[in-house]
Amino acid sequence: MADIARSDIAAIAVPRIRRDRISFAWLGVVPFFLFALLFLILPTLDLIVGAFRTPDGSFTLDNIRRLNQPTIVSAYKISIQVSLASSIIGAIAGFFLAYAVVMGRVPRFLRPMLTTFSGVASNFAGIPLAFAFLATLGPTGLVTAFLMDMGINLRTLGFTILSFWGLTITYLYFQIPLMVLILMPALDGLKKEWREASAILGASPFQYWRYVALPVLWPSLLGTTILLFANAFGAVATAYALTGSSLNIVPILLYAQIRGDVLHDPHLGYALALGMIVITGVANIAYIWLRARGERWIR
Amino acid sequence: MKSARLGPWIAIVLGVLYFVVPLIATFEFSLRKRRGEYSFDAYWEVFRDNRFIESFGYSTVVALATIVVGVLLVVPTAYWIRLKLPRLRPVVEFITLMPLVIPAIVIVFGYLRLYNSSSWIPFTASARATDLLLVFSYVTLSLPYMYRAVDTGLRAIDVRTLTEAAQSLGANWATILFQVILPNVRAAVLSGAFLTFAIVIGEFTMASLLNRPAFGPYLQNIGANKAYEPAALAIIAFAVTWACMGLINVFGRGPSDMAPGKR
Repeated sequence: MADIARSDIAAIAVPRIRRDRISFAWLGVVPFFLFALLFLILPTLDLIVGAFRTPDGSFTLDNIRRLNQPTIVSAYKISIQVSLASSIIGAIAGFFLAYAVVMGRVPRFLRPMLTTFSGVASNFAGIPLAFAFLATLGPTGLVTAFLMDMGINLRTLGFTILSFWGLTITYLYFQIPLMVLILMPALDGLKKEWREASAILGASPFQYWRYVALPVLWPSLLGTTILLFANAFGAVATAYALTGSSLNIVPILLYAQIRGDVLHDPHLGYALALGMIVITGVANIAYIWLRARGERWIR
Repeated sequence: MKSARLGPWIAIVLGVLYFVVPLIATFEFSLRKRRGEYSFDAYWEVFRDNRFIESFGYSTVVALATIVVGVLLVVPTAYWIRLKLPRLRPVVEFITLMPLVIPAIVIVFGYLRLYNSSSWIPFTASARATDLLLVFSYVTLSLPYMYRAVDTGLRAIDVRTLTEAAQSLGANWATILFQVILPNVRAAVLSGAFLTFAIVIGEFTMASLLNRPAFGPYLQNIGANKAYEPAALAIIAFAVTWACMGLINVFGRGPSDMAPGKR
């Protein structure tokens, strides 16, 4: 209200100056749009266009069609599996952790500790994270050795840090904290009155969660899970440092393609990149849509 | 009641185990370089290595340049959008979120195609120009965090009144931006800056594909060739990340607590 009143007064008081400025106001955002165009939009568009072109420049769908070969299909499959597993497990674990400190009646000092640690751990990704997990669950890692002493040989059980589960467990180290950070405000948004009201009406805790809390929370829960998915899908450094090129996932395949044209066809590389944009793009559109729904309740 | 309290504790104990054990394991591993006893040999080895000092120095300079360029790009834009062009807000917000949608490896792939040595802006033709491209690529990566931090900071102050007050005292736009707006969002800018530093310092994908001697590619190289030094480096990197987050807490809270008093 105050804003409207103030701008009305401004409009009456200085009409002439205002008209002059309106015509040049857009100049103020030119640097930003120019930057975004040069370093974000054009490079991406160029790849997308390249994916639909033959080497001599004419339009084709052939590059997309040629994505359908065993190496590439299995790379997408493993990438999607790792991203799905790490986002779903991360979401569930993150939910329970956030729930425990927000409404679990544990000592109050645990909450700022978890928040700070989550801030650090969600940014502790990339190569150092891979080193940490090699030292933990690698062939000579501490936990591997400890389990060996207990009579559990991880290797004979089929587990190595270079496998699907190894990568998933490593990704969880930044996925869970991200979930905790995004979900805590959402849990704060569950009003105490709702729980009290449902208790007065005779609802059990299960009924409260089933009919009140989860319907309010699910857009943020699902939305954040999707964000975690995109987060894991585009990650290169951790996987590369952990497995070299032994695990065939899309970002690593693309990395190898850029470095040395392993697919022996640059335009197939563009199609590979387009596939990544489509998958993370769809995931993020779903996230934005769900977040908008979730925010209706959390005000 | 009792069962209701057990669940949260189980979650916390499992969480602590999962998050602390790798740190302990990494630290223990980093001490194992000397056979039969614990020592800090791996750390000395790292600190004595010229490539560590050079690559860490290089990445620090790139990170600082990224922060300067990022602040110069984001603060005036966010300010101007709030003051004059609120209708463009959703557009600008959408653009700043795009680096979260488009994976870094795709963006840098686009650079290599668009800015190769025979293109209209040959960024990759010389080392200096590629450094510049790396800085711009990091500004792009940090855009979501920087813009969000600055915009939150601007929301807390009365941009219009401050601007009008400065104008009626005869200030020009540069004075308003650098002496009025920027000091008022200092806390927000600093948290954006430290977050940017934490993200950029060990970044691997872009530095490696642009072939620059940054800390990330150095880490990868050590990981492929040494046994105990990677663990020591992981501990160092964790400490750097922790320091950045700690500084966000220190600076992010201090001035903003003072802000209402100042107004």
